[in-house]
Amino acid sequence: MAATLVRIFSKSCRQICRPWGACQAGWRSRSTHTATETSTDQGVVSFPPLQTFSEEESMMREAVKKYAQERIAPLVSKMDENSAMDQEVLTSLFEQGLMGIEIDPEYNGTGSTFFSSILVIEELAKVDPSVAVLCDIQNTLINTLFSNLGTAAQKEHYLSRLSTDMVGSFCLSEAESGSDAFSLKTRAEKHKDYYIINGSKMWISNAEHAGVFLVMANVDPSAGYKGITCFIVDRDTEGLEIGKKENKLGLRSSSTCPLNFDNVKVPEKNILGQIGHGYKYAIGMLNEGRIGIAAQMLGLAQGCFDNTIPYTRQRKQFGQRIFDFQGMQHQIAHVATQIEAGRLLTYNAARLKEAGRPFIKEACMAKYFTAEVASLTTSKCIEWMGGVGFTKDYPIEKYYRDCKIGTIYEGTTNIQLSTMAKFIDKEYDH
Amino acid sequence: MSGRVLVGVKRVIDYAVKIRVKPDNSCVVTDGVKHSMNPFCEIAVEEAVKMKEKKLIKEVVVVSCGPQQAMETIRTALAMGADRGIHVEVTGKDYENLGPLQVSKIMAALAKKEDALLVILGKQAIDDDCNQTGQMTAALLDWPQGTFASELSMEGDKIKVVREIDGGLETIKINTPAVITADLRLNTPRYATLPNIMKAKKKKIANMKPADLGVDITSRLEVLRVDEPAQREAGVKVETVDDLIARLKEAGRI
Repeated sequence: MAATLVRIFSKSCRQICRPWGACQAGWRSRSTHTATETSTDQGVVSFPPLQTFSEEESMMREAVKKYAQERIAPLVSKMDENSAMDQEVLTSLFEQGLMGIEIDPEYNGTGSTFFSSILVIEELAKVDPSVAVLCDIQNTLINTLFSNLGTAAQKEHYLSRLSTDMVGSFCLSEAESGSDAFSLKTRAEKHKDYYIINGSKMWISNAEHAGVFLVMANVDPSAGYKGITCFIVDRDTEGLEIGKKENKLGLRSSSTCPLNFDNVKVPEKNILGQIGHGYKYAIGMLNEGRIGIAAQMLGLAQGCFDNTIPYTRQRKQFGQRIFDFQGMQHQIAHVATQIEAGRLLTYNAARLKEAGRPFIKEACMAKYFTAEVASLTTSKCIEWMGGVGFTKDYPIEKYYRDCKIGTIYEGTTNIQLSTMAKFIDKEYDH
Repeated sequence: MSGRVLVGVKRVIDYAVKIRVKPDNSCVVTDGVKHSMNPFCEIAVEEAVKMKEKKLIKEVVVVSCGPQQAMETIRTALAMGADRGIHVEVTGKDYENLGPLQVSKIMAALAKKEDALLVILGKQAIDDDCNQTGQMTAALLDWPQGTFASELSMEGDKIKVVREIDGGLETIKINTPAVITADLRLNTPRYATLPNIMKAKKKKIANMKPADLGVDITSRLEVLRVDEPAQREAGVKVETVDDLIARLKEAGRI
């Protein structure tokens, strides 16, 4: 049933049907010619394929690919086993400029674009989805919030730290409010020129290493969600307690901790944006963060696939490569198509956002679809690898464990589908 | 002296790619195949940038000869820290026939034009494995050469070079200006960080043709045929040492 649906969907993505390997190499060598030029000398507009990158984007992608393979890959297994991010990874992420991709060079950032961030997250996820999510949260949530909403003083103080050595955390969810985010209970009481925050947060990523926390608290519960305000809380603020990290199925080296706020005093100047507008900021940022997660799931699926196919070409049974059995070929081609479709959804959503065009429905589609594709891909890859796929000696089982969170965090699949339906409903209004 | 170092970089098929020969045995398949900077050229760029960081030299100018795609390689070098680039445009048949002799003529002409203190090259390219360009460039310029360098240090207006040779290591001291070729252990090339990639966009790449330098790039060589290495045959097991000797004699090996 689902398979038929998915097959229809993939049939509608008829853009590129060549084998993935040849396709990828072809686009890469062609992209440096075409860049993103859309009109020729005769003023005729041409439409480059979605997998066309500017020279800058191509170079970034290559640089991150190389870096991830050489500096992160050797540490992945150990970090997963110990459920701990290696300090070397954090240091080198900052060194490479990967934590401040869109931040202005004025604040020591890289000064690049949203699409570059997406490519970086995808490449990191091919090697370790945990590292990718750390980079994703920093770039698409924390940095964007500061850049868009920060006062000159706040930007001065935080952006240069965020691009050089400080990790940030985004604190919205609580034990009693996940999808129903706006029913959050963390309270911020106003006193003269400061606020006292009380409450607790749950499922906060990056918390173990974060130096700054963006906390969503309600200043006026009687106003409902219109009281939600975004506060900047430094790690060493008295009363802020970071709980023990969760022992998770997947994404184990990314720290996920509960937070406790016990009469935490936050000065008024630490409010990010306007009072009572926190809910707007949260929705806005999560719409963009969604594309980042899509990129992560995409990279995860691709990385898993890339680690599996060589094995199927090598392993022989009944006198032939297992890749050559028609049953295998059909499954492999099907999965490759799903990954390609997910890629196009993700890249398109990113380009739409960059172009300033409406992108929320497309972002939801990208996140929902790539999370499903990651599940399918990793499950199939273990099957194709047979017994060895089931052991920890090979990286495949880690991808299988890591992908599950894709349908849950930053907006569950059900929420994505409901959001999409709202947009579809509106489309037929006239 | 200008304090300027000229570094030559070559765009080659990436070392990880499986090479295939064209069906007509004329050359290797390059279309749609991943290319990157020759690993020894990366080491050369890294050494030059390191020298600039230590303030031993003032400017790193990176040169590549080839078609439009050579610009990518120059940009990568700029992202590693080179100051500006020179793209010597060679296309089509000329590019297919471009070899060490032609490149060394170009490098020599540029070294004179740029008043270079040093020319640093990779010891060889991983596609043709010629190991000639550095040596030919030095000869054309009548400059001393420090090849297979695994360690470099400036001592006043001379350079001390530790060379990797078959018997071990040889240390020589040569006058500047000089030509150096980089060997594997000279250094570990840095990654182009994302901020440096962005900065590289603003750096200048000059464009010119070999004719502009007065260089004749006609080739003296003609490639007749390219073949893949012979497939590895199955081995044969023998029972005794006598057997082994007999078999080896049979195969004409001893």
